[in-house]
Amino acid sequence: MSIDTTTDDAGTNGASAEAVVTDERPPSEPVARLVHPRAIRWLHWINFPLLIIMIWSGLRIYWAEDVYALGIGSWQWFAFFPDAVYETFGLDRRLARGMAFHFAFGWLFVINGAIYAAYLLATKEWRHILPDRHAAREAKDVVLHDLHLKKELPPQGKYNAAQRISYTAVLVMAVIIVVSGFAIYKPTQLYPLPLLFGGYQGARLVHFWMTIGLGLFFVIHVLQVIRSGWGNFRSMVTGYVIERRTPATDQPESEGTAS
Amino acid sequence: MSEQSDPTREQQLRAQLDDAPTIPVSEFRRRSRRSFLTGAAGLGVAYLGWNWLQDQPNVGGIPRPLRETLEFNETVWSNVSQARSAPEHPVSKATPIQVNGRIGIRNEIDLAAWTVRVEGPDGELLDELDLSTFEALPQRDMIIEHKCIEGWSSIVHWGGARFSDFHARYADRVGDVPYVGFETPDGLYYVGWDMPSAMHPQTMLALRQGTEPLDLDHGAPLRLATPNKYGIKCLKRIGVIRYARERPADYWAERSYDWYAGL
Repeated sequence: MSIDTTTDDAGTNGASAEAVVTDERPPSEPVARLVHPRAIRWLHWINFPLLIIMIWSGLRIYWAEDVYALGIGSWQWFAFFPDAVYETFGLDRRLARGMAFHFAFGWLFVINGAIYAAYLLATKEWRHILPDRHAAREAKDVVLHDLHLKKELPPQGKYNAAQRISYTAVLVMAVIIVVSGFAIYKPTQLYPLPLLFGGYQGARLVHFWMTIGLGLFFVIHVLQVIRSGWGNFRSMVTGYVIERRTPATDQPESEGTAS
Repeated sequence: MSEQSDPTREQQLRAQLDDAPTIPVSEFRRRSRRSFLTGAAGLGVAYLGWNWLQDQPNVGGIPRPLRETLEFNETVWSNVSQARSAPEHPVSKATPIQVNGRIGIRNEIDLAAWTVRVEGPDGELLDELDLSTFEALPQRDMIIEHKCIEGWSSIVHWGGARFSDFHARYADRVGDVPYVGFETPDGLYYVGWDMPSAMHPQTMLALRQGTEPLDLDHGAPLRLATPNKYGIKCLKRIGVIRYARERPADYWAERSYDWYAGL
């Protein structure tokens, strides 16, 4: 860990330094700026193990009828999943346990997600996430930049356009995965909910592909976090990024902004 | 690239960030340490909680808290909407159903000699019936989506009698029993039903698939059928129908599955 925990003399005197400090310091001095409110951090980190448990238990359920594949007609390019995947992660022959975990932890996943959604709406935090009209073009530039094909990044707020699009996509997928999940879970009691997906099997197919979608997001998300570096990761734990204002331009430079 | 140098847009985007509060770096360090300690504690709690869950005594093959959650779920759903019915389909949609489970129907059976024992909640024999009793009950056809707990489903055309019409013969004698259990003649496969589910108009004592009598693989001469529970509850080749005050044994609930298996 690179955080410095030795220079805390000011705080040891029992003097509570909770007072909000306004930004009246000389512009060259670094300050820490809040980027992730406490609620977002908690909800994010609680969601992480819940999502893992849901995918893990869900794949145990899927194993019992693992019919989906990529391909054309009867030609299968990739069948979900090869036996090695099931064996590696202990997913085979555990349908009942998979269901028990899925239908217990599912509540926590839904509750956590609902609190998150309510928080986004109540605090208008969603404005940082929803793509604006420039998003498509800017996201392309972000991707080109990340692939080292373009030097400059487009302007951004809290999140760049590619992040806004991916985070919004994740929220949409999360809603779809929950609704389709309930359609599979209680197709009679929640009828006609399954019809939204073309029926019971349609809901199962959608639920599966949303899982793949969230899994792909997860992989890209982790890679981007690694790429962005420690300061960015730390901001999801502490809430803050260190900002150095250069006097000449007054341009803030954050230690890591993306993922 | 003209939009990229649009100063108002850059200012607007930057303003979104500049609204956020700042703290001095010394304060940041203090809070950082606290956040990381909280995170470490959270990891520890998650790890201990996960191990605690796995270490709980099993009830029916799964840790007790999970079993209790399945029971809680049933309470929730039975209060939300108990009496709803699954959609029924036109005959043209019906397809032959695959043969999945053979537990309890592997023995030879003499269909002509088959009878079903009907027992009361104290184990008393209420009746010993041959097929004619079930054929004499009001007959109906039901084209429904049969859903296997494994994940497949198919639209099946069942023909037979409502369980509720059958139950009317015994309603006075058994009173308000909360459960009814079913067993294959060899006793190897057995399921328990709560009475409200059994009395649902789509819970059928099926004699036919399509217009033909059931074949042996699908539970001849009499089986359960419903679109409102998984197929594991739809016992084939009924040998015993037993009213019960306590929740009857259930083959799959003893093997980690939900006792209700309701949809």
